[in-house]
Amino acid sequence: MADTAIRTRTQKPAPAKGRGRKVGRLPRAAVHHPWWFALPAIAVFAAFFLVPNLLNFYYPFTNWSSYHPDIAFTGLDNFKTIADDGSLLRAIRTTLVYALLAAVFQNGFGLLLALLLEADSRFNRFFRAVFFLPVLISALATGYVFQALLNQDGAVNGLLGTNIPWLGSTTWTLVLVTVIHGWKWMGLSMLIYLAGLKGIPGEMLEAAKCDGAGPWRTFWSVRWPMLAPALTFNVTTALIGSMNTFDIVQATTGGGPAASTEVFNIYMFRIFGQGLYAQASAMSLVLFLVVVAVAIPLVIGLRRREQLL
Amino acid sequence: MSTTANTPSTALPTSAVRRASGVHPAWRYGRPALVLLIAGLAVGVPLWLVAVTSAKPQAEAITPNLDLPRQWQPGSNYEDAVSQGEMLRGFLNSLLVVVPSVALVLILGAGAAWVFARRKSKLVSAAYALCISGLLLPPAVITIVMELRQLGLAGTRPGMIAVYTGMYLSTSIFFMTGFIRAIPVELEEAARMDGATPQRIFRQIILPLLRPVIATATIMVMLYAWSDIFYAFFVLGGGEKATLPLNLYKVASAQLYLNNWHLVFAYVVVMSLPMVAIFLVAQRKIVSGITSGAVK
Repeated sequence: MADTAIRTRTQKPAPAKGRGRKVGRLPRAAVHHPWWFALPAIAVFAAFFLVPNLLNFYYPFTNWSSYHPDIAFTGLDNFKTIADDGSLLRAIRTTLVYALLAAVFQNGFGLLLALLLEADSRFNRFFRAVFFLPVLISALATGYVFQALLNQDGAVNGLLGTNIPWLGSTTWTLVLVTVIHGWKWMGLSMLIYLAGLKGIPGEMLEAAKCDGAGPWRTFWSVRWPMLAPALTFNVTTALIGSMNTFDIVQATTGGGPAASTEVFNIYMFRIFGQGLYAQASAMSLVLFLVVVAVAIPLVIGLRRREQLL
Repeated sequence: MSTTANTPSTALPTSAVRRASGVHPAWRYGRPALVLLIAGLAVGVPLWLVAVTSAKPQAEAITPNLDLPRQWQPGSNYEDAVSQGEMLRGFLNSLLVVVPSVALVLILGAGAAWVFARRKSKLVSAAYALCISGLLLPPAVITIVMELRQLGLAGTRPGMIAVYTGMYLSTSIFFMTGFIRAIPVELEEAARMDGATPQRIFRQIILPLLRPVIATATIMVMLYAWSDIFYAFFVLGGGEKATLPLNLYKVASAQLYLNNWHLVFAYVVVMSLPMVAIFLVAQRKIVSGITSGAVK
């Protein structure tokens, strides 16, 4: 194995040459599945994903902005700025709360729908498609739809005959926006939970029934543990995906009221628009670190949970 | 309700069997009713609001509500969205960015996934781990702008395509690698015995077998790229090359259009229809692809 790695590496500079001809000298794998099939993907990914992320470890420490003609190293100035004006902690707190609640709502709604629509009937198949519709509508459009619903003179207040400023609370609007996020993505979670439910062997449910387990007992003792892989996937994608949220927040609140829904990407967008590129980059680096700090323990923890159940 | 006829429990003839299947009678009728209620409130109301508002004259749409339009004018609203909101150009711009991105993500991703799935060495594992890191890591959007400016790609379609491709390659590589690992190697070996080159094996064996996962990856990447506004803001900005979501944002936030909900929703409808159409056409493949890839 190890020498395969070494030889393929030496082969890389002239990948197209000698394929098949020097069969005797190359390991079989290099002939049958040559590296150059993977190289374009690796090159594009490295150039437009990895390199920007590496640059993101340098530019936050400069004064790159639209106000300076050149870029100079300034150390931790940008981080001091965002820490001192309180935006750093606020962005971290808002984003984490947002991600947590969005994951809870998305998974809660998704699991509920999956359990309701579990049997494979035409009725259920139709409504699965209905609940998948929000996934197909762009997040920005979703945001505008809910703005129209929840505005103070919007449809919900009109329907209920109330006058509640749904999008004007510095505490509850964030929660409401995460409900909207959950609504937008619940169809995807539902599909994955449905697949998980379908993967449970019928004999297992039969056995539970023979042992006299009711629906609740069957759910908690058999189905829920068997849903572990689906849960891992759903929770991970929901948490990580919602830390990168922008569209729904921008379209419903724009980060307000009083910056109470200003997640990382909203902040970056606003500060970048003011020409403070390095400061925006500093926030982007913090987002990167927060995502890594959440993702690694999360994936390890959920994987371990799968094995325990 | 004819819908109850479709529930599985009615397929079981006797009450004894029904009891054995554990379906409580209240649940038998309660479940479809509950589903209808949730669907109506959670999906029906928002979609209804979009549909009726996009057909109202501006005066009626200023305070959005669920009433039917007193005066129907969907035609002129959609016309305004086309003329004032530059919908056709946005549509074309979106296509010119999304279609090449999806094609690149699929072709490059399939090639890489084949190598990652079949070869076993530390270097391959490392390259694979690196390539799927984009599943979790956020793209560094600010420095992407910096890099694109230096490459002369800022504000261009190739720049946008490169960014989307880089962002979504991880997803396609992850799903495709898992899928190829489940394809028996013997298929390839048999073709190799007959003297097929790697290119030929890839094109004639691997790609056709990948069709289900390609369907899924296509819809997911298309969905993300088609509705993306955040990265488009940074890379394309407004102006000549603005995509549909950028135009929608402009329509919704410009002072000129303030309270022009009828135009906003006409835009929302036009923007969503292509994705809904694609989903309806390829529904079964998409659903099975999404579910089989995730739970593995």
